[in-house]
Amino acid sequence: MQDIEITQDENLAIDALIVRHQRTPGALLPLLHAIQDNIGFVPESIYPKIAKALALSVAEVHGVVTFYHHFRTHKAGEHVVQICRAESCQAMGSEALEAHAKKCLGVDYHQTTADGQITLEPVYCLGNCALSPSVMVDDEIYGRVSSAELDALIAEARR
Amino acid sequence: MVTQVYIPRDSSALSVGAEKVASAIAAEAKRRGLEVQIIRNGSRGLYWLETMVEVATENGRVAYAPVKPSDIASLFEADFLNGKSHALCLGLTENLAWLKQQQRLTFARVGVIDPVSLEDYIAHDGYLGLTNALKLSGAEIVKTVTDSGLRGRGGAAFPTGIKWNTVLGCEAEQKYIVCNADEGDSGTYSDRMIMEGDPYVLIEGMTIAGVAVGATQGYIYLRSEYPHALATLNEAIANAEKAGYLGENILGSGKTFNLEVRRAAGAYVCGEETSLLESLEGKRGLVRFKPPLPAIEGLFGKPTVVNNVISLATVPIILDKGAQYYADYGMGRSRGTLPIQLAGNIKHGGLVELAFGATLRELLYDFGGGSASGRPIRAVQVGGPLGAFLPESQFDTPLDYEAFTQIWAVLGHGGIVAFDDTVDMAKMARYAFEFCAVESCGKCTPCRIGSTRGVEVIDKIISSKGKPEHAKTIQLVRDLSDTMLNGSLCALGGMTPYPVLSALNHFPQDFGLPATAEAGKA
Ligand SMILES: NC(=O)c1ccc[n+]([C@@H]2O[C@H](COP(=O)([O-])OP(=O)(O)OC[C@H]3O[C@@H](n4cnc5c(N)ncnc54)[C@H](O)[C@@H]3O)[C@@H](O)[C@H]2O)c1
Ligand SMILES: Cc1cc2nc3c(=O)[nH]c(=O)nc-3n(C[C@H](O)[C@H](O)[C@H](O)COP(=O)(O)O)c2cc1C
Ligand code: SF4
Repeated sequence: MQDIEITQDENLAIDALIVRHQRTPGALLPLLHAIQDNIGFVPESIYPKIAKALALSVAEVHGVVTFYHHFRTHKAGEHVVQICRAESCQAMGSEALEAHAKKCLGVDYHQTTADGQITLEPVYCLGNCALSPSVMVDDEIYGRVSSAELDALIAEARR
Repeated sequence: MVTQVYIPRDSSALSVGAEKVASAIAAEAKRRGLEVQIIRNGSRGLYWLETMVEVATENGRVAYAPVKPSDIASLFEADFLNGKSHALCLGLTENLAWLKQQQRLTFARVGVIDPVSLEDYIAHDGYLGLTNALKLSGAEIVKTVTDSGLRGRGGAAFPTGIKWNTVLGCEAEQKYIVCNADEGDSGTYSDRMIMEGDPYVLIEGMTIAGVAVGATQGYIYLRSEYPHALATLNEAIANAEKAGYLGENILGSGKTFNLEVRRAAGAYVCGEETSLLESLEGKRGLVRFKPPLPAIEGLFGKPTVVNNVISLATVPIILDKGAQYYADYGMGRSRGTLPIQLAGNIKHGGLVELAFGATLRELLYDFGGGSASGRPIRAVQVGGPLGAFLPESQFDTPLDYEAFTQIWAVLGHGGIVAFDDTVDMAKMARYAFEFCAVESCGKCTPCRIGSTRGVEVIDKIISSKGKPEHAKTIQLVRDLSDTMLNGSLCALGGMTPYPVLSALNHFPQDFGLPATAEAGKA
């Protein structure tokens, strides 16, 4: 288990979020979302703190974090690029787009570029299936994306 | 005079530049000293024409599409603010054939109104259903929903009224209404369009459900891939609370209904209702054994209605216009309308709401305009990743739950994904297993192990083409599918054989078999 340092500020933010969510029914997912929204990931070092606040075991917290594709235990790059791999996008050439992205960025899925800028992730449907193939950069979806357009999106994100 | 200009805020419209179009129009109007009021509506569902800009004129709304930021100057030059002609002008929106040929009941307001404006919602017949429901007993509301013939639009097509009746009949100090907004199926986006384009209709439907069965708390379990839907829903819920449509003593009735959105976290299996409930309780999304049904022991062990977005969003019009009005649409045991989503390799992709009974061919060609690539459509997958692939010979099947069951296919959530003749169906079968392996919750062996084995077997089929062991590998995939069909706890493992076997049976040549082999056999 790799230990990841978090700053004092991040620690304080996490404490505040725990207090805010502690009494919510089924608090764990909302809390994990809040933490990831705030600091970008859910470090393993805070599992004990979460477990204690929600009266769970550390193993239960670990089990939940790892069950869901959305939660990450390591910091992502500055930007996350998700490429849709689902059927509708496949029908419109997403495989070529995936290959192009991996080649240009020099990374595979779940990896971050050497400059720490872009993390590449697969995604299974963005609900943009009438305008396939689709890509999501951070919180924005793009439709009918060609390789050239993907290059432009990545360049813009890097700027 | 202030001119009203409609520019969608729907995520698909945003995905092709609606935001840039909106700011360009605002900037150009300002530069020219013209007063415009920009209203961010949902999408009309003609996605190949996004960004569609509409201008309100005295004759009605005039559409211009597809608009790019580079078109803005010429639109102003042509005086589009007065509905004047331009190369992109499509005339009155209401006269567009694509919309005119539809029967929009659930989607009546989507694209028409400002989604977060409660006044707009009410001005377009919003909250008439709830107003009627508040005059009825719970049993009478449930009977109306049952009589309408509405069946679960999430895919399993279980009668909604009968489900509600089970919850109504349970004695409990707490009951819940849970909206399944996980919309995991590729090729589907109707739930998203409702949440982004008419969120109050979902809120109203859930409130009616709560009043009917005696539930005071509702949750919308929303997939994390839908940030815009999240923002729209939260804004609408806050407005509804402020205006007394949610919370305590709704419209002075003494009834309480609170509503909260919960974000999912990217697990397909959490769309399965019991996995969803586990997730809402803050746990891993492991599928529960049924029985007990969620209707009897659901969220936190309490009686719970779990319904899809479209099922719930259809309830208001049923309570407004009556059960018979809705039941008059449709065919056989499939009553009412289905919001169909055209996707994949299709020229005119978008939302088509029609009474049950239209054929796939009408949808693919009359509405869809054929493939986007211009090549022949070779296969369509209906009903998401767990749905069967259909060859051209089955394109005359009517959209009807029973008609699809008869040909060993599923209508599901109404998504239709088209593939042209460049598709490799063995690859699609492999993908179906791969998807199941990635998304399996791991609780039962046929799914957890079977899916990974399936990928290997398809690889063997491909690599052994023309060799003696080929026949054995084909038998292997059939046996494996049999095990998954019969031995899986939920439909993720249990339905993965649909895409796999339909691909094999209808497109045997892609698996190295003669073209005629076992065609049509399930
Ligand atoms: N929309 C999507 O994104 C998506 C994704 C994957 C699968 N699906 C669909 O899901 C379907 C399978 O769903 P399922 O496993 O929930 O089906 P199911 O047949 O087990 O259940 C259907 C619904 O009816 C309820 N029900 C059954 N009997 C009842 C009774 N007597 N009283 C009250 N309620 C009762 C169930 O609780 C459930 O809500 C598939 O057919 C597939 O099409 C949809
Ligand atoms: C693997 C799997 C995924 C599912 N995903 C969804 C989904 O995303 N949305 C949905 O409404 N139903 C989904 N369902 C169906 C639900 O289990 C359930 O039948 C539905 O929410 C009931 O609502 P309805 O009766 O209104 O359709 C899924 C089922 C399975 C087996
Ligand atoms: S079939 Fe798959 S997803 Fe469903 S319960 Fe079994 S392991 Fe879990």
